[in-house]
Amino acid sequence: MRMFDVCIIGGGPAGLKAAIAAGSQGLSVVLMDDADHLGGQLVKQTHMFFGSEQQRAGARGVNIAKELVEQVTSLVNVEVVLCTTALGLYDDLVLTYETEGSYRKLSAKKFIVATGASERMLTFPGNDLPGVYGAGAVQTLMNVYGVKPGNRVLMVGAGNIGLIVSYQLLQAGVEVIAIVEGGPSIGGYLVHASKVRRAGVPILTSHTIKEAVGVNCVEGAIVCELDSQWQPKSGTEQRIDADVICLAVGLSPLTDILWQAECEMVFVPELGGNVAYRDSTMCTSKPHIYVAGDVAGVEEASSAMVEGELAGLCAAKSLGVSGAHLTLQITSARSQLEELRSGPVGDKIRAGLLQAHR
Amino acid sequence: MLKKTGVATPEELANVLPSEGRLNRGAVAVLECFQNIPCNPCATSCPRHAIQEFVDINDIPSFDGDLCNGCAICVANCPGLAIFVIDETYSPDETLVKLPYEFTPLPASGDVVVAVSRAGDEIGHARVVRVQNPPVFDRTAVVHVAVPKALGHEIRFIKAGGPSRA
Amino acid sequence: MLRISEHPILTFKHGQQVAFRYDGQELVGYEGETIAAALHAAGVKVLRKSTVLHRPRGFFCAIGTCSSCLMKVNGEPNVRVCVEKLKAGMVIETQQGKGDLREDV
Repeated sequence: MRMFDVCIIGGGPAGLKAAIAAGSQGLSVVLMDDADHLGGQLVKQTHMFFGSEQQRAGARGVNIAKELVEQVTSLVNVEVVLCTTALGLYDDLVLTYETEGSYRKLSAKKFIVATGASERMLTFPGNDLPGVYGAGAVQTLMNVYGVKPGNRVLMVGAGNIGLIVSYQLLQAGVEVIAIVEGGPSIGGYLVHASKVRRAGVPILTSHTIKEAVGVNCVEGAIVCELDSQWQPKSGTEQRIDADVICLAVGLSPLTDILWQAECEMVFVPELGGNVAYRDSTMCTSKPHIYVAGDVAGVEEASSAMVEGELAGLCAAKSLGVSGAHLTLQITSARSQLEELRSGPVGDKIRAGLLQAHR
Repeated sequence: MLKKTGVATPEELANVLPSEGRLNRGAVAVLECFQNIPCNPCATSCPRHAIQEFVDINDIPSFDGDLCNGCAICVANCPGLAIFVIDETYSPDETLVKLPYEFTPLPASGDVVVAVSRAGDEIGHARVVRVQNPPVFDRTAVVHVAVPKALGHEIRFIKAGGPSRA
Repeated sequence: MLRISEHPILTFKHGQQVAFRYDGQELVGYEGETIAAALHAAGVKVLRKSTVLHRPRGFFCAIGTCSSCLMKVNGEPNVRVCVEKLKAGMVIETQQGKGDLREDV
């Protein structure tokens, strides 16, 4: 069985940064992902990132992915394993995984789980019709494969993902009929909202989808207004013709392997659902398992990258790597995270983290 | 109201509009950034430090119009595409507006395009004067359009035709 | 046509154009893209029928997580076509019911 110092599960923004951080300390690292490429959701992000220069603000996610992948592949002590699915993580430091149809094992002293998050569903009649797609799926189809999801899209959700994907749809030449948002105000950054609004997309707050209409595929949707108690106002129903209903109603951490490994978990709505308890080094209740990125709490990609770096550095420290430079890097990562989360848009995350830290 | 519609109100805009005196002296940036979000490329990209260095990354940009020459580097660097440059001295009856534009096809100078407001309404026509799209702008083109004076503070987008327009 | 012809930010590099069969029809797609992307570009959105109520189903997550897109590929049922890559000559069928294990497995 192959042995590594650090095994990282998930090659998105958090996993890539964790691999670079641990690999730069000279540790033997294996980075695995179930896709056939590294980068996770970064490869679909055509917009410029927020944050500061340290998190590559102003660069587009797709370009950040390229840079991080180059850095990872330049580290000879980091092995990248693609098309590989982690299956089980055990107390004797063994990970079982599937690759090319076969079942295998490896061992590592520390594991960093950076599995990301998955799209949430919304309950309404017809939500199983072809044409009802998650926002991430729409991004994959149009930004990775160059295929439009349809011609007329109704977007559900005015958080950052709903707003950004609406803008990306317009860039791909797809009409966005409207964005409906159940809440009384826009959840995402207002600059994103202004971008889609001036491009002609109405944003209907306190509105939701009541029903998807169609026989074999989506042909339209019934939307309605909500009152202050989030109940449909009768008589406000209107039919919108659309061939795609795109759901951008939030993400849930992909925690399967943390449950299986019996990390102590806690339900924190502010972080998107169940997450693992972690300490200030991103270590869970299991001393050999760390978490980073959306699996530790759904946030922006910029924070996911810094969290991955922090987990990689702390895992290295726990393996005996030391020195003033490492201490400095850990302090810097912590202060970057604090800064990114310090403003009003970080209120929710800060409240969530209080419940998950110990 | 901005938080409900995505369209800034006249009161919100009044807070970010350069003084009349400054507008009368030529090209100047208008930073339509109203929310405390963790983001500072406007400040780090400004070669003249007209957008001051952030104390807290969540700050709203602090802008000194006297240091700004309307170069539009911030227009291409703002991740929120929320910065515009206005030159009211462009000609006796036209204002020059520099807008960020990330759609295909890019218009060419001389084209007449549809002028669009913050709310997405068509408000008239604009004449494309110049299109800046150097590699350093990383595909956020800055389109310079001349519009009748009355539209200078209203136009924030253009419809330039082609398959990718809204 | 659902293929994006020009894009302000991205340049799409497609693999070689390949032919495949979908429920008896000959279709073309690009090698290296997912089966779901190739079918979608060809206008095919219904990928299977649900096992109990036989309702039409397409993909939902496109990252291999939700299992909404299971199809029969080269005789093998329950293939997640949102992550399975298209290859020349593939035989892709709408799956009816839960599918059976291949006899040679």
